[in-house]
Amino acid sequence: MNIFQVIPLNHYIFLSALLFCIGVTGVLFRRNAIIIFMSIELMLNAVNLMLAAFSTYLADGAGQVFVFFIMVVAAAEVAVGLAILMMIYRNTNSTDINVLNKLKW
Amino acid sequence: MSRLIFLIPLLPLIGAIINGFWGKKLSKGLSGLIGCLAVGLSFGLAVYAFFHLKTHPEIETISYVYFDWIKAGKFSAPFSLLLDPLSSLFLLIITGVGFLIHIYSTGYMHDDEGFHKFFAYLNLFVFFMLLLVLGSNYLIMFVGWEGVGLCSYLLIGYWFKNIDYSSAAKKAFVMNRIGDLGFLLGVFLIYITFGSVSYGVVFEQAKSFTSDEGVITCIALLLFVGAVGKSAQLPLYTWLPDAMAGPTPVSALIHAATMVTAGIYMVARSNIIYTLSPTALSVVAVIGIATALFAAIIGLAQNDIKKVLAYSTVSQLGYMFLALGVGAYTSAVFHVATHAFFKALLFLAAGSVIHAMSGEQDIRKMGGLKKALPVTFWVFVIGTVAIAGIPPFAGFFSKDEILAHAFASNKIYWLFALIGSLITAFYMFRLLFLTFYGKFRGTHEQEHHLHESPKSMTIPLIVLAILSTIGGFMGLPEILGGSHALKQFLEPVFANSELNMLPHHISHSTEYILIGLTLLCLAVVIWVAYNQYVRKKDVPPADALIVSPVHKVVYNKFFIDELYANVITKPLNWLSEKTDKYFENGFIDGIVNFTGRSVVGGSRLMRLAQQGNVGFYVFAMVIGIILIFFFTSL
Amino acid sequence: MLTYAFYFLAFLAIFSGLMVILSKNPVFSVLYLIMTFFCIAGHYILLNAQFLAAVHVIVYAGAIMVLFLYVIMMMNLNKETEPHKNNYLRFAAVISGGLLLLTLLASLKGAVTPLEQQPYNADIGLIGNLGQTLFKEFLVPFEVSSILFLTAMVGAVMLAKRDKKEA
Repeated sequence: MNIFQVIPLNHYIFLSALLFCIGVTGVLFRRNAIIIFMSIELMLNAVNLMLAAFSTYLADGAGQVFVFFIMVVAAAEVAVGLAILMMIYRNTNSTDINVLNKLKW
Repeated sequence: MSRLIFLIPLLPLIGAIINGFWGKKLSKGLSGLIGCLAVGLSFGLAVYAFFHLKTHPEIETISYVYFDWIKAGKFSAPFSLLLDPLSSLFLLIITGVGFLIHIYSTGYMHDDEGFHKFFAYLNLFVFFMLLLVLGSNYLIMFVGWEGVGLCSYLLIGYWFKNIDYSSAAKKAFVMNRIGDLGFLLGVFLIYITFGSVSYGVVFEQAKSFTSDEGVITCIALLLFVGAVGKSAQLPLYTWLPDAMAGPTPVSALIHAATMVTAGIYMVARSNIIYTLSPTALSVVAVIGIATALFAAIIGLAQNDIKKVLAYSTVSQLGYMFLALGVGAYTSAVFHVATHAFFKALLFLAAGSVIHAMSGEQDIRKMGGLKKALPVTFWVFVIGTVAIAGIPPFAGFFSKDEILAHAFASNKIYWLFALIGSLITAFYMFRLLFLTFYGKFRGTHEQEHHLHESPKSMTIPLIVLAILSTIGGFMGLPEILGGSHALKQFLEPVFANSELNMLPHHISHSTEYILIGLTLLCLAVVIWVAYNQYVRKKDVPPADALIVSPVHKVVYNKFFIDELYANVITKPLNWLSEKTDKYFENGFIDGIVNFTGRSVVGGSRLMRLAQQGNVGFYVFAMVIGIILIFFFTSL
Repeated sequence: MLTYAFYFLAFLAIFSGLMVILSKNPVFSVLYLIMTFFCIAGHYILLNAQFLAAVHVIVYAGAIMVLFLYVIMMMNLNKETEPHKNNYLRFAAVISGGLLLLTLLASLKGAVTPLEQQPYNADIGLIGNLGQTLFKEFLVPFEVSSILFLTAMVGAVMLAKRDKKEA
């Protein structure tokens, strides 16, 4: 018995789309930069899950390799992003994104 | 051998590139040497090609396709060169006379600071001219055609610091553009009609057309408009006399021997098309004879040594077109050749005179130069005699042939042509007598300065004088015991045209009478000129003293320049000014300014949306993504 | 059995994902996120991508989330410090999130049907096969990603370093 026989691919698509949208809602919902960051991680993982599901259902290893690449990008992004957050916190003593409103006319 | 024809035009191009890019670093001697060598080698190759064709009569044409030049859809124009008797003859004239003029220029331009530039332009001109005659389709001919126009512009305006000279260059350029438009339209029509622009294909297909079909006449007339511009015929001739602003070797090379004969070459090359259209041919003949007469009359009253020669060039070109118009293509080409010799000779001799007179060009201030410039004098005499048409000099044979063909075709043409040639003889001898006979009329300083030109200038003069003397024997007519070698040589090119064009041959006795009559009239005219200018020592009056209204009109060239200025240039300028004021400033600028202002205003409004709140940006982005998905999944 | 496992894991993942964005204390968010990641790792195992599951746990739960936690503790954000957005904005956020889900599903709906079901291959997720694909087909991206890592490392150090003048 394997996963194909009991769970159709559509279910995975629903699941990952739902997780992705939770991530998006999180970004819109919160003002704390760190939570927003975590929401972005959640979105990336939703995509990873989708890729892995397609990889398995289509019997193609390339999808899983892509997941590795996304992990690479995510790790690099977290490293740089958190460093930026640290700098912001050091300068403004806050992680509220509404403080960052200098970029305007 | 056949693929090496490209070397003939390539060598001058290399010379032009060397002199154009590195000329400043070269010494004058080296620069001149490169210029002369490029054309000289090219001349050697042209001679070789000529004898190759001559000794192998079975090879009618040599053509070689080098590469695909333009290819778009059904249209294709390969870059290929064509060597046949016609083009090889023109090659000889261009490179041969061009070579002599290059040598002459090393002496004439010796003190000019732009020496290398001059040679670069001359070489470039020779390149384009060779391309024009060697191309095997109308498109390559057009490239050469425009190229020589450009070089002509550069060389007329060579002394561009003089405003008059540079506006003369502009005039030549604009006048030529008018003609070029006609040529270009003609080429388009050729492509539409025949589906190709290659000579071979076009002429082969043209044979299937019947005589005087509308399309063929249109093509012939449009091409002829181009020829009118380039070869300075009525009504577009006014640029040529003004083109004398360039240095004298330029006038000799471009405005006498080579470029202005491009129109003749083009018509002769398209002889099959023209033969099919008697209407177009009669237009050619009428314009030719009208120009010949008109320019000759203007030439009577000019006092500038180069202007006289310029009008005589226009007039002689008219004769060539007359010959083409009556279907005597060989005679036209023959006259091109002899005219190249004696007109180049006359111009160069005039240059020698101007050189000796330290730049003075007015014949009223010359006179008595015979002793000071013996070589120049003698070659000038030979040139004058040749252009006047006195046997056995070159001009006699070619001009007589044209007169005979004109007589056979239409007596009126013949009559006007005869009158024109008599006028030519008169003003040429007037020029000769006023310049070299009598007493010196210039300033004391100039008299002191008089000197014969250096060897580099006299040797080309002598060579050209010899050519002007014997050049006519290449077309010695049958009635004088010759076999017309030129006609036999050109036979393959005109084979399909001349036979059905000239059914009416005139008998030998008529021809003798015609020659005799012409010579008699000539003798009278020369005697009159001698009487007036040598015996009576008559000198043309100063500008202000011209009283006779006829003289005034002729002296002012029939006020054609003023007519063009008032009828065409001024209304156009007025129109441009008005449209600039009302249409351009009011309407077009209004649209442009409105666009600019509305963008500025819109941006000012939109800027308010950019308030720096990151949350808002993210919101906007997500809504955008939603919309994109929404529209893609519809 | 597999069906139950799938639904259980899916429910847990969604629940903990929601809790990430709903919980007020950032530390709780981090913990819920880690739970989500474990659920996703469980899904990977269900999908026969065992190696991927292992890497996922190591990289995300092990490295990235520890980094998050570390930063939160450094900033001392464990308290309820965040001023909330007003209710209209929250409402709009939820609505747009839902709309996005709808449109996303609508556009993905057509994506699956044309795909052909491949015969089941249990070896896809094995480390050997993945290695073959990674080092044969994707060698250049692999090398490029190492450069990316190096750049990110240098960048992070540069950013986090205190300015000497400031200090």
